[in-house]
Amino acid sequence: MPDPILEVENLSVDYLMDSGPVRAVDDVSFTLGGREFLAIVGESGCGKSTLLFAIAQLLAPPAEVAAGSVKFQGTNLVRLSDKDLSAVRWRDISVVMQSAMNALNPVKSIGAQFKDAMRAHGKYSGQEITDRSAEVLKMVGIDPVHLRSYPHQLSGGMRQRSMIAMAMLFTPDLIIMDEPTSALDVVAQRALMVQIKELQEQFGFAIIFVTHDMSLVSHFSDRLMVMYAGQTAEVGATRDIFDRPQHPYTKGLLEAFPSVRGPKTPLKGITGSPPDLAQLPPGCRFQPRCPVAFDECLTHQPELYPVNASLARCLRVRDRQADPDRMKDGVR
Amino acid sequence: MSELLKTDRLTRHFKIGNALSRRTLHAVDDVSFAVGEREIIALAGESGSGKSTIARLLARIYEPTAGTITFEGRDLRTMRGRKDKLKYSGQVPMVFQDPFASINPVFRVSHGILRGLKLHRPELTAKQRQEEAERTFEVVGLNPKMLERFPYELSGGQRQRVGFAQALAMRPKLILADEPVSMLDVSIRIGLLNLMAKLRDEQGVSILYITHDIASARYVADRLIVMYAGRIAETGPIEDVLTTPRHPYTQLLLSAVPDPRAPLTEVTDRGEPPRVVDPTPGCRFRWRCPLAIDRCHQVTPDPAELLPGHEVACHVAAAGADVKAFTFS
Repeated sequence: MPDPILEVENLSVDYLMDSGPVRAVDDVSFTLGGREFLAIVGESGCGKSTLLFAIAQLLAPPAEVAAGSVKFQGTNLVRLSDKDLSAVRWRDISVVMQSAMNALNPVKSIGAQFKDAMRAHGKYSGQEITDRSAEVLKMVGIDPVHLRSYPHQLSGGMRQRSMIAMAMLFTPDLIIMDEPTSALDVVAQRALMVQIKELQEQFGFAIIFVTHDMSLVSHFSDRLMVMYAGQTAEVGATRDIFDRPQHPYTKGLLEAFPSVRGPKTPLKGITGSPPDLAQLPPGCRFQPRCPVAFDECLTHQPELYPVNASLARCLRVRDRQADPDRMKDGVR
Repeated sequence: MSELLKTDRLTRHFKIGNALSRRTLHAVDDVSFAVGEREIIALAGESGSGKSTIARLLARIYEPTAGTITFEGRDLRTMRGRKDKLKYSGQVPMVFQDPFASINPVFRVSHGILRGLKLHRPELTAKQRQEEAERTFEVVGLNPKMLERFPYELSGGQRQRVGFAQALAMRPKLILADEPVSMLDVSIRIGLLNLMAKLRDEQGVSILYITHDIASARYVADRLIVMYAGRIAETGPIEDVLTTPRHPYTQLLLSAVPDPRAPLTEVTDRGEPPRVVDPTPGCRFRWRCPLAIDRCHQVTPDPAELLPGHEVACHVAAAGADVKAFTFS
């Protein structure tokens, strides 16, 4: 892996509620190389968006970083003042929000919003701003005449594209994307994924891409991190995880997608629903829904255990690694 | 297969703009289809393709601009009195997309279901209503004790099951399910889809399953209607349509479905939405279609039966050509 540009270490985020703190992100660590595409997947409430906000230092009360660090190119963002952060934001790290309709200002033209962003992060002449705005819009395949358009005049796909164009105004090293395609239909969604990948190859930024739809990123991300109840359940190369999922939750997620091709098989999904983070089950957090849980899972909290080139938070993975023969005997 | 509900050239337009610029949005144009007994029929298409408008027309929330809806052989326009309308809405109830907005948060979940029973099945006593509510809860896989819970105590999947229980309590013949799983988590969705199949198989209910997710449609539905820009593009038995799609739009849709188990197909189309405001005659897909011929720009194609039960609204396909507009497998 090339030199890491982002190192997240033991990051925990708490929501300070009246009834006490609720840990939404619990001890998450990962590193991201330059030009790497990391996808973070999980269900609603698994902490994926909170993690992303923590990385970009966009958390607002009652959420706060309780422990850990986020080192971006060697600087710990958690300790930076707002002033120092604003020098990093947009120039080096930019964020594409989930809903373009909510993230764009409805009463300002696209061009005016690009201008705002550039003025806030540097000193540029009017001509420079116009030129650069037209340039980034062209990069995402939108005619620069749309700098004069208002968000409501653009299609959902074009709005998302202009959000991405806006994120690229300063050619950042890292772009964080929170479900940028979730409001689009499948054709527009695919077109946007291909475009994101092409832009990445051309400009070499790293991507953290948060989604609830695993199959969406299967052909696009280098690495995949599956989150469950605030923790990393499994992390590894995307292809490995799709071909050889190790965590029962990952397996369950993969089996929850019907396919449009091939034989039609009955699917079961995963029984139950994700736990309330304020009332976590004892032992493994996935244990109440796990089809292969055993006694120890009810009492012992699993760590991340290495398996192949991946990490998985499952006691069965630990046991299999410690004693591969036991699996063959069918004892477990 | 006996017909339960049938639409004939169903059309719904909306007037938009002001006195100076009157324009007409063609949400649904000339849509004809039939729903049989005990079948799940999937209505698929992108946002703005008119699928929710069809659901609302069938639920009588909107009146059609033109065309007719017949339920069990009777034209809906002849059902005028309160009694007739009430009977129809009990036989054709709707389950909504958002399980967080469609249940009243200040009442226990039993409230909606008991009220529905009181309104639609007045012959039942209070005790019978309670028993009936418990029975439907069991059918949809909920513990009858949950009747006493408040909506906030339930997960999204459980709430959506409450939605189906409310519909089921009225002894429906056809449930209109508008994107019932799209707001649920992936791991929960399959359970609801399995429930829909169970309602068809065990309770004999038909379901109009409105979705943008072709894979989930294939999982539960018997037949598929693909909508594009307010018109039917292609319809037929779902496996036939998905294995041999004849309409270029269906092919495009299939080529773009994310599938981790298959290699990535190349999609060049950008997914720009069609014009449905004052559309000119001609195929609405022609601007995106690589196979469009002159006729596509002049005459709007109607669905034609090219294979048994498999209708396609495409001039190129109707001329007998082997349509290969996009790589879909």
